[in-house]
Amino acid sequence: MSDKEPLFSAKNRKLLTNPLSAENPITVQVLGICSALAITAKLEPAIVMSLSVMAVTALANVIVSLLRNTIPSRIRIIVQLVVVAALVIVVDQVLKAFAYNVSKQLSVFVGLIITNCIIMGRLEAFALGNKPWPAFLDGIGNGAGYGVILIIVAFFRELLGSGTLYGFHVIPKVLYDMGYQNNGLMILPPMALITLGIIIWVHRSRNKGLIESN
Amino acid sequence: MKALRKFLDKKKPLFEKGGKYAKLQSTFEAFETFLFVPDITSKTGTHIKDAIDLKRTMSVVVLALFPALLFGMYNVGYQHFRSAGELAATGMFDLFLYGLIKVLPIIVVSYVVGLGIEFAFAQMRGHKVNEGFLVSGMLIPLIMPVEAPLWMVAVATAFAVVIGKEVFGGTGMNIWNPALVARAFFFFAYPSKMSGDAVWIADKADTFSGATPLAHAAALVGAKGEAATSIIEQHLSNTWDMFVGLIPGSIGETSTIAILIGALILIATGIGSWRIIVSVFAGGFVMGTLFNLLGSNSYMTLIPAWQHLVMGGFAFGAVFMATDPVSGTQTTRGKYIYGFLIGFLAVLIRVLNAGFPEAMMLAILLMNTFAPLIDHFVVQGNIKRRLKRVKVTA
Repeated sequence: MSDKEPLFSAKNRKLLTNPLSAENPITVQVLGICSALAITAKLEPAIVMSLSVMAVTALANVIVSLLRNTIPSRIRIIVQLVVVAALVIVVDQVLKAFAYNVSKQLSVFVGLIITNCIIMGRLEAFALGNKPWPAFLDGIGNGAGYGVILIIVAFFRELLGSGTLYGFHVIPKVLYDMGYQNNGLMILPPMALITLGIIIWVHRSRNKGLIESN
Repeated sequence: MKALRKFLDKKKPLFEKGGKYAKLQSTFEAFETFLFVPDITSKTGTHIKDAIDLKRTMSVVVLALFPALLFGMYNVGYQHFRSAGELAATGMFDLFLYGLIKVLPIIVVSYVVGLGIEFAFAQMRGHKVNEGFLVSGMLIPLIMPVEAPLWMVAVATAFAVVIGKEVFGGTGMNIWNPALVARAFFFFAYPSKMSGDAVWIADKADTFSGATPLAHAAALVGAKGEAATSIIEQHLSNTWDMFVGLIPGSIGETSTIAILIGALILIATGIGSWRIIVSVFAGGFVMGTLFNLLGSNSYMTLIPAWQHLVMGGFAFGAVFMATDPVSGTQTTRGKYIYGFLIGFLAVLIRVLNAGFPEAMMLAILLMNTFAPLIDHFVVQGNIKRRLKRVKVTA
């Protein structure tokens, strides 16, 4: 590398932090919604899913970035898909080996990471035109941005829907004795959509710049 | 009256711009216009002139709900003392009083929570307070089971006002009927308190079956021959009770008579659309008849089509929910289609899906969603027809 840019220059740090809020892939670009709805009923699968997506985005970004000058642009989508698919299979196998229960809960959605728009979006928009290190940071950042929202949604859904957090009971038994009940709607997918909607609502009313004019 | 007007006029400057309580302007304005018809008239453009404004409209609907409400209170007492076996020994006034004590807290919770959120949003956004909740706040208690825990009513109401209404921009912008959103939320979030046999009668004696007619009817699906006729004879033969409303059910939904009185008030004042009400009943009747003719189980064949119209929340939904001018269709032809499909779907879901015995709520919410689409096609059809006419004469 010719330029002596420090590893964590201001520009590179931006790549990490921007996707967390102002360029969040879920709440701002509204990508990757399907998986966000499907696996957020509990915190554990949501966290595992976030880590998997983060790993796949970061590594796919690096690989595509390394290959960016050799990929003919007419078949770039196919090449990207092969890269992503290979990584997803690796992640799937790792989960099956080391976290079998979670892997069963996530079921088909690990495989469906391939179709996650965030990954393809980052490959197209960033990795194809940037060097491997920034591409890696961008992948981590976007994976984290995706994960943060997933974890927030899962937090509320698990807390209100099952009365637990990461599988531990957190709502005291006294409350149940007083007549408290878990909210059954929270476990159903529609509530994930509504929770996500509320997050977007809160996010946009705090960052006025994100509100589209129509 | 004059003293009140004077008092308001004296306090008014405090709430105007620069006044001490300027921040609470919208709250003050809401109370003032509730008590007195505002004297402001529009100065530019063409406007429809009518003596009745939104607050007054809402008050008429609340008035139309009163027969159902009062009968509902009586029925709460009736069902309770019947289940306890003390019906003969209890006077009519005691029945009503018991119901009043049971129902009033639900109404208070619904209004306090709903109006609280409504006022808070108006204050935050600097809007005027919306009147819409006057009706929703009364509708919500009427479609709740009498045993609904108050905090659940509060949660459901809050959800309905925030997600059902404020998200879309408040009264007049919502795509679903807020009261039904509250009920749907309640139904899916806390199914054990909104379905089954235990929640429809206040302090039910354990030995007494509290099943609603719809629950009995749903049991017909698996019953054949003797078993089916015995269910009908034991539980579903007394149509008069269903019509009058002396059956277990949500607080305000049981009495078809009281609901029809409300319907008369709504139609006479021109607030509720008779087209929608009539076509909902027609749709339910048509679907019921279809089942009678082509049915494959006892529920379909043994329940006469007209009985569907007096069971459960069918009449209540038709009169008070489907006619909601905001979430329903606006065009004349659209109203017929919309109403017909509500009745049709309600009976369809009711009979085919045992998981949703009270299908009226789902049918109305579904058609609320499609109402703009129906209107769109009616308007487009109208435009096309007129364009054709233009070509012929040109």
